[in-house]
Amino acid sequence: MEPATRLDHNHQLTLKDFPYIIRWRDDRCKRCGRCTAVCPMFSIEPSVILRRTIHSEGPTPQPKAVRQVVTVIKQSTDINRYCTGCGTCTLVCPNEAIEPEYNPQHKFLFHKNRGGYPYRRGGRRNDPRLSTLDRLKFTRISMLTDPALDAGRHEFRIRTYLGRILPAEELPLRFVNGRLEVDKTSGKFIPPVREIYPVMIGSMSIGALSPTMWEGLAMGVTYLNEVEGMPVVMCSGEGGMPQRLLKSRFIKYFIPQIASGYFGWDEIVRTIPHMVEDPCAIEIKYGQGAKPGDGGLLMAHKVLRLIAEIRGVPMGVDLPSPPTHQTKYSIEESVAKMIQSMSMAWGFRVPVYPKISGTRTARAVLNNLVRNPYAAALSIDGEDGGTGAAYNVSMDKMGHPIASNIRECYLDLVKQGKQNEIPLIAAGGVGKTGNLAANAAALFMLGASAVAIGKYIMQAAAGCFGDEYNRCNICNIGRCPRGIATQDPKLYRRLDPDKVAERVVEVFKAVDVELKKIFAPMGRSTELPIGMSDGISADDPAIAERLQISYAC
Amino acid sequence: MCRLVAITSKDYISPMENILALETMKEGHDGSGMGIILKNLGGEFEEMKDYPILSGICSKDGLHRLDEYMERVGFQLRHTWTPRIKPVKGIQRRDHYFARVYEYPEEYKDRAFEEKEDLLLRTRIALRRMGEDDESIIVFSFYPDIITIKEVGDPLQLSEFFGLDDSNLKAKIIFAQGRQNTNYAINLYACHPFFIQGYGSMTNGENTAFVPIREFLMSRGFPGYIGYNSDSEVFTHILHYTCKILGYPLVYYKDIITPLKTSEIDGRPDSEVVRLLKVTLRPLCIDGPNCVIGFTPDGTCFMVQDSKKLRPGVVGGVKGKYGLMSEECGLDSAIPQRDRSLDIFPMKYDMVIVRPEAEEVVVWNQLRG
Repeated sequence: MEPATRLDHNHQLTLKDFPYIIRWRDDRCKRCGRCTAVCPMFSIEPSVILRRTIHSEGPTPQPKAVRQVVTVIKQSTDINRYCTGCGTCTLVCPNEAIEPEYNPQHKFLFHKNRGGYPYRRGGRRNDPRLSTLDRLKFTRISMLTDPALDAGRHEFRIRTYLGRILPAEELPLRFVNGRLEVDKTSGKFIPPVREIYPVMIGSMSIGALSPTMWEGLAMGVTYLNEVEGMPVVMCSGEGGMPQRLLKSRFIKYFIPQIASGYFGWDEIVRTIPHMVEDPCAIEIKYGQGAKPGDGGLLMAHKVLRLIAEIRGVPMGVDLPSPPTHQTKYSIEESVAKMIQSMSMAWGFRVPVYPKISGTRTARAVLNNLVRNPYAAALSIDGEDGGTGAAYNVSMDKMGHPIASNIRECYLDLVKQGKQNEIPLIAAGGVGKTGNLAANAAALFMLGASAVAIGKYIMQAAAGCFGDEYNRCNICNIGRCPRGIATQDPKLYRRLDPDKVAERVVEVFKAVDVELKKIFAPMGRSTELPIGMSDGISADDPAIAERLQISYAC
Repeated sequence: MCRLVAITSKDYISPMENILALETMKEGHDGSGMGIILKNLGGEFEEMKDYPILSGICSKDGLHRLDEYMERVGFQLRHTWTPRIKPVKGIQRRDHYFARVYEYPEEYKDRAFEEKEDLLLRTRIALRRMGEDDESIIVFSFYPDIITIKEVGDPLQLSEFFGLDDSNLKAKIIFAQGRQNTNYAINLYACHPFFIQGYGSMTNGENTAFVPIREFLMSRGFPGYIGYNSDSEVFTHILHYTCKILGYPLVYYKDIITPLKTSEIDGRPDSEVVRLLKVTLRPLCIDGPNCVIGFTPDGTCFMVQDSKKLRPGVVGGVKGKYGLMSEECGLDSAIPQRDRSLDIFPMKYDMVIVRPEAEEVVVWNQLRG
């Protein structure tokens, strides 16, 4: 046996250790070089090999060995240049000569920690199994006893409310001449409430997203409101918004987010006197489902001029947000103060709500907010939520699934009789397998007043490659091959904001139809079926028991 | 589909009028039960309007326990009405059917009516709980000037069973429902009309928003919001919540159970209030298909349709006697002398209100307020 010391390349990895292996076809490749030029990871490169072939010419066989220097496409075995499986090479190849293939036997996580740095990435939890949401079905179908509605002809009101809702007993009403009227002399504060579409676009920052992506989303949302009459709203994510948008009348369709780094808020606060409309709401980010307990991070190479301007920071520096708000001493005091401060900034005309990551302590947070009359909602972001950058261990192993989290919060509100007073917004993996309307409707029936989507809209509107097999998921390094999560003009110019906007509109119009197709057979059309838990069943008895719904098999 | 017959009159009428009207509407299998509520009683009850009447059914043992309980609380039995039961094939006779008039306990006699109402409610719930497991005590209502009768079977046969055709039971407002069971096991507590503290209603349809409404009502902290063996019981409790707990005028019941679109609210003179109610009482939107017929303590009767208008409903009659029914043939039976061209078929924005003593009919339009 040969001694190990003489075995060449023993400390190198083999291609079988990698999650994606490039299948390259020599016979189809014309050596144009496009694939190697676009590979965001430099995983493939042109290489030369010496090839020995046997040739025979002439009428009788006269085999001859010929040695040729041939150009080939070679996949790197450097772990830092691993193939992400994004498939951009396939996209640009004119001859279908190359494609990455998933390798289920890979040992990627064993090795992706060189230099003592754990694996960091973007995307969401790498778990391709069906989520709980996809295991729920709508089983209460209106049949002969209560005829189903016609999704195409009946009038459906698919709307929800964002804002603190006073209980009827506390409304300042008085009886005058046979009618009720609002008693203006009572001095009672009636919190602002917005009527919105129950599927929101969740918080994704300008910075995490490219200018073209964010602009496309913003245009799509505006079009939906102004032309289609669908009050879809979108959260800014941390890091502010362009002045042009803040000062425009379209700001009413947006929810500026304030997070622990307060990036962009100097600019927003200075703009308040010049704003012609109030924003839809303000979201205070305390947590994110993809990386609970972690602060945000915008890597230095994404902090270019535009981002630096919006965020009010120098160019080219890392922008880490702390894991928690530095002023946060207790939920009773500091969170209440923060909600009040933000409310006060807009004269108590704008709903202000916190967003937390899914957690077993969500009910404790909720119960504190219930006692805070200015808390306008609670957004809970489940473990399947996406992010632009996080440690893999946070994304894969930290957090709480949204289904049971939202359900127990809702049932807690029911116990207190406050289920209509503080809306719950569910996020994290909504539409993870493409079933956006079904996941959203299931969450409404579990008790959510609205759902927020992020990853889904990136995938549907801009073709984000990322999936739960760790495909692509390099949002963190600024080399997004689709031009969605990058600040590199060479990359984001690939993305046409008009096309993104068109897709946003198409997606929401399609979701609207699908929601009707779900609600119509269940006989619901006038109000969103929030908490209609008799409408759904789980295909697993344990899930059914946990969610307090029926089991159907 | 359930058959509904409500008749409101300035004169006392017999429940047979309702039952015959129900009979004209009969189609196919329709024998899973009948419920009758009589309000503003005549006959032997005319002189006892201030005393609470307990309506229900008991087994022999149940009656004994009921008596013991009532005695312990301090209620004194003043008068008992029991139907003269005639055996009818297919109707299973229970031991005791009754409407018992009580005197309030001594310490309650001079108290405010609200306190008396509270006592009556608590007593009814306690009795219901005592007999719920073995059906030894079934109580439908315990309130002054109200009698409730319910049993499983075909309405016409039940009228014979209870001897209603030669009974002197009379009232000015009578609600009756012939039940088409859609709620699985037949349970008498699931039989319409439902009653709570002066408010009653019966419904034709199925309530697809039942669970969120039930959860909302049960979490109001009001002890009477229990039961819900039928998804339609919530309509009565929403009526009670709207008018009694919140103190709103009756018309806002329509705004609560079938809220207008936001764009439609702008046309209302009280748009600010309607907008607030739509948001605040969102879980009480019924989302039909339903036709609700109800009454309030002052004797006002009304009919509303849900916004999808998938259930029939008609109101017609003459001054002094109006019927609110699910089908016109029922009106023809009960009030043939009316002008049929004046019959009102309420549409999705309408609330048809018949004033006490059947004085007049008003159609309140939700869009105009």
